[in-house]
This record gives sequence, structure tokens and C-alpha cells, in this order.
Amino acid sequence: MKKQRTVTFNHNPLLKRELPAWRPRIVMLALMGCSLALVGRALYLQGVNDDFLQAKGASRYARVLEVPATRGRITDRHGDILAVSTPVRAVWALPADARLEPAQVRELARLLEMDVNDLNGKLAVARDFVYLKRQVPPEVAQAVADLRLPGIHQQKEYRRYYPGGEVMAHILGFTDLEDRGQEGIELAFDKRLSGRAGARRVIKDRRGQIVEDVEAIRPPRDGDDVALSIDGKIQYLAWSALREAMEEHKAKAAAAVVLDARSGEVLALVNAPTFNPNNRANLTGAQLRNRVFTDAFEPGSVMKPFIAALALERGKVRLNTPIDTGNGRMTIGTATISDTKRHGVMTMAEVVQKSSNIGTVKMAQQLGSEEMWHLFDQLGFGTPLNLGFPGETSGRLRPAKSWRPIEQATMSYGHGISTSLIQMARAYLVFAREGELVPLSLTRVDAAPSSGRRVFSVETARQMRTVLAMAVGPGGTAIRAQVPGYTVAGKTGTAHKLEDGRYARKYISSFVGFAPASQPRIVVAVMVDEPSAGKHYGGLVAAPVFSRITEGTLRTLGVAPDMPLTPLQLARRGADEAVSEGNGQENM
Amino acid sequence: MVRIDAVLVALAVASALGVVASQHQARRLHGEYEREQARAQALEVEWGQLQLEQSTWATHGRVEKLARDRLHMQLPREGQVLVVEPQS
Repeated sequence: MKKQRTVTFNHNPLLKRELPAWRPRIVMLALMGCSLALVGRALYLQGVNDDFLQAKGASRYARVLEVPATRGRITDRHGDILAVSTPVRAVWALPADARLEPAQVRELARLLEMDVNDLNGKLAVARDFVYLKRQVPPEVAQAVADLRLPGIHQQKEYRRYYPGGEVMAHILGFTDLEDRGQEGIELAFDKRLSGRAGARRVIKDRRGQIVEDVEAIRPPRDGDDVALSIDGKIQYLAWSALREAMEEHKAKAAAAVVLDARSGEVLALVNAPTFNPNNRANLTGAQLRNRVFTDAFEPGSVMKPFIAALALERGKVRLNTPIDTGNGRMTIGTATISDTKRHGVMTMAEVVQKSSNIGTVKMAQQLGSEEMWHLFDQLGFGTPLNLGFPGETSGRLRPAKSWRPIEQATMSYGHGISTSLIQMARAYLVFAREGELVPLSLTRVDAAPSSGRRVFSVETARQMRTVLAMAVGPGGTAIRAQVPGYTVAGKTGTAHKLEDGRYARKYISSFVGFAPASQPRIVVAVMVDEPSAGKHYGGLVAAPVFSRITEGTLRTLGVAPDMPLTPLQLARRGADEAVSEGNGQENM
Repeated sequence: MVRIDAVLVALAVASALGVVASQHQARRLHGEYEREQARAQALEVEWGQLQLEQSTWATHGRVEKLARDRLHMQLPREGQVLVVEPQS
């Protein structure tokens, strides 16, 4: 065998060939070029395009979660819950994914209390998102989730509950499906009540569990609670008194307000007919209407005391000044004003007590129209109260220059001018508060306003209180407004309703008064619209409601009776026993 | 020289393990914190529902009905009330 010559690497004849010097350089340059390109690309990714890539990366594991905030609660003045939001679920579907067996659809429909055909209809739509049912209670939602149906999802939302139901319906209003205020306090205080959802960024793992909190983008802010000036007990009292009056007099509507004379707080505000805010299907406009705020009506005789007070203040009359009301008929221009019966010559106090139109007109004729307009304006007629309540009416007060003499006359007994019930109630604060007017408040006031705007002198207010107490006393128009144990004062009103610019044989009966008359604590205003069971005088329809509300309110507030109660032998003995047990104190 | 290297490598490995362990610890604690927060929220919700339930039971209408029908209570009639003046 021929021995092969070994060729070592170094002696490889191929290497003997001289390579041209440019070739390795080219290879070298090519390699360097490649690595430069790599470095450049790396620099670009790390430096220039950094943000985009970081964001892409973060989106694989980081999530921004919404942190829900709850809407604030509404409570009454004692902290009892009137409105609260609790979480419920909305059940929604992706129709494209929701391929359900008929049995599954039936089961779902049963749980959601829906019609099977309705449900099928919703699942058949072409949209890619459809709500099946909203505001589903958590237990039902859990049962639906347990079915594990494809394409059926849930989402958290809130539902507002009103434990007070129809008693509180008008004052509170309600919210929509998104928990935003729509009516009443819910709308007036929507800014304070509604919370602001927060957000936070987290890192989730493969199974969707949060493993790390990266940052809180913004903290959630829960809505503030609102404490109303309403007293739940008084509100209920007023509501049940109103409801009974509605039935007894077959009235179309009724409303009542209770004000705290010391602080200007609204203690109760009720309307009838009412509605259940927890179930708002089949609502009518009449039910929703908050008459206390939104309805302006011609107040009628409840206006008279203001004219009398102004005449008193200006020194035109004194309580015992005789006023001749003649035969009960009086002609101004072409119009005739009449009283319900002829009173002849009366004192000024009796004019108010017996509610004589002619007597009041005679007082008004001694006053200038500018003067009267100024009084009405000061009392707040013609300007909205600005409590932030939706739909507040300002009433109607025409400028004094446009008044004709007959109009000035009718306005003095409350026709040709219109006010809302709450405006009228507030105006009566003037008598209850020694001639001063204070702003009203729907929320609890901790420090009572020390002084308000003076309209009448202290002396005039005191005199008018005695006159108004007479109206409730023997010979007055409102004996039925009396409250056992307390002195009360007030004025009835019976006004014809305006229909198409003419006065119809339909009435609004009202009563506005305060108690105790010696040292007023509350102002109560009652209005009954179209009583049609035979009686329509304010003294017969509205005054008994006033009496019931006032009695209950004074007891609830713990106001000491200022009139001797007729002591019964039985009661005396029972009370003595109570005293010996140490709990007989009624006046706390 | 080799010994120093070995020590440094050992230190590096130990610190790496430490990082892993504390990361795990942090995630576990975070999970626990999340659960507690969820529980706090659930309790908050339950509190709201209980308040709602309480005020539903304590509705004035219901209290009045029970007082009248079951307990046969009534408002004191005129003359059944005695006012005691505080001694000054």
C-alpha cells in the first residue's frame, strides 16, 4: 500500500496560494456592518421606540381596574336611612357566543323571570352586546352564573332602595339605572351624593389573579351622605293625615308642609297622590308631581293676614278699628266683590277672623299698590326659593305698575296672584318668628339662624298672632284646626280654581297656621285640591288635617302643652302613678 | 483566586434565591391583602343591606300597625296627659 503523505493544516498546499488582500477585508467589513446593524437596531428598540414596546409589554400582564365608588346615603334628621345603594348585577350576552340549548334558555328565562320568547328575541339580535336584564338581585345573579352558560356575562351595578317607600317618594325623588339622580333630592344633591370611581393598575398572572399592585391611578371617592331636615316620624304623620283627607273628601290631590319656625328647616313635605319609588312601572305624571314645589295656585284667603299686618304696620288700622263691610256686596268698577254672608260693621281683627273679603279690600285700599307689591316681594312671592329642587315654581306676581284697582283689591284676598304651598308656608314664618323671615333648608341645620330679614315689627307680628289665634277660636272660620292642649293660630283659604282663564266651580281648600300660638315652634301648611265630597271650605277640609299634623308634630318634638288640659279624674290618678315611677315627664 | 471566585458565585446564587423567595413572599402577601380587601367590601355591602333591612322593618307605617293591631296601643285621649313642670 502506498504510504500516503500526511498533510498537516499548516502545510496545506491550499494555503500556499496567496489570497488577494481585499478579500478578508471585505468579509471583515461585512461582519462589522452586520454587527453595527444589530447594535443600531438594539439602540432603536431600547432608546427610540422604547415607549411603544414598554406599553405593548405591559399590556400582556398589567391591567387597569376600575375601583367602584358607591353613591352616598340619604338619611333623615335622626340618621335613619331613607335611600341607600346596594350592588346588584346586570346580565348581558354576546349573542354570537350564546349558543344555548332550548332547555338552557328556559332555565335562564325562569331565573330572570322573563318570557322565553322575549329572551330568544334578545339572543337573536345581530348586535354584539345585549343586556338581558338589569338590576338583578345578587342571589339570582349567582344562580345564573352557576349555570355556566357560554356567552352570558354579568356586570356589577348599583340599585337604589327607598325603605320609606311612598311616604318619602316626592321629597327624595329617584335615580336612573346608572344611579344618577333624576328627581327630588336625588337630583338636587346629585353632585354631593354621587361618588367618583377610582382606577388602579395591577399585574395579573396567567390565571387572572392579581399578583402585584403597580400604582393607584386615582383613589375612588365615595359619595357623601346627606342628612335631610325631614323628620321621618312627622313625615309619616303628615302623610297618613293627608291620605285620609284625600279619601274622605274625594280630592284630586293634596299636599302639606311642616316647617320648623326656629331654624327654617323643612320637617315634612308630602304630596298625594304618591308613588312607590322602589317600583316605578306605570307611573303617571299626576303621581310624580311634587305639588308643594312645582304647583303655583291662587292662595285665596290665606293671603289676608299679610294685608292686615301691613295696614297695622303702617298705622292705618288698629286691632279694634271698626270696618264697615256693609251688606256683603261691594262694587269696584264693573266687578262685584262679595262675602259669604253679611257681617255689617266689624273690628279689623274680626275681618281676619271671619275672613271677610270686603273688609280686607277696604284695608288694601288704604295702601299703595307699590307698597303691597313690595310686601309680596319681601315675603318671597314671585321669586323661586332656590333650594335647588327641580321644577321649583316662582309663582306669579305682576309688577305693581300694571295693577288695576280691581286687581289690587282681589290680590288682597289672594286672587290674581299665585304662590306655591311652600312659599306660603315660608311667608307665615313672618308671624311665627316675630316679624322675621329666614331661608328654608332641606338639610339638617345644626346652628339655627340667629336673625333673618325683617318684614314686620315685633309688635305687629305679636298682634297678628292674637288675630290668627282668634280665627281658630270661637266665631272663627277654622274651629276644626284646634289642637287639644295647645294654642294654635292660622288662616283658612278657599279659592276658586282658574280654568282657561275663568273661575270654575272647583276649589282649592287650604290652611296655613302655626303652633303653639304663644311661642310658635312649627308652621304647617295644608292644601287640598278639588275636594268633591260635598265640603269645600278650608275650615272644613284643610283645617282638620292641620290639626292632626300639628298635634302629632308637637308631641313628636316634645313641645310642652301651653293650654290647660281638661283634667279627668281617671287621668289624674294614672298620671300620678306614672310620676311616682319617675317617667311621667311629657315635656322633654 | 479560584476561591474568591467560588465565594462570589455562591453569594450571587444565594442573593438570586433570596430575590426569588422574597418576590414569592410579596405576591403571597399581596394575594392575602386582596382577599381581605374583597372581604371588607363584601362586609360593607352586607352592612348596607342590613341597614336597609332594619329600616324596612322599622317603617313607621309598620310600627304603627303593629302597635295598634297587636299591642292594642292608642293615642292618649284628651285629659289622659299630665304635664309635669320642671322644678326651677
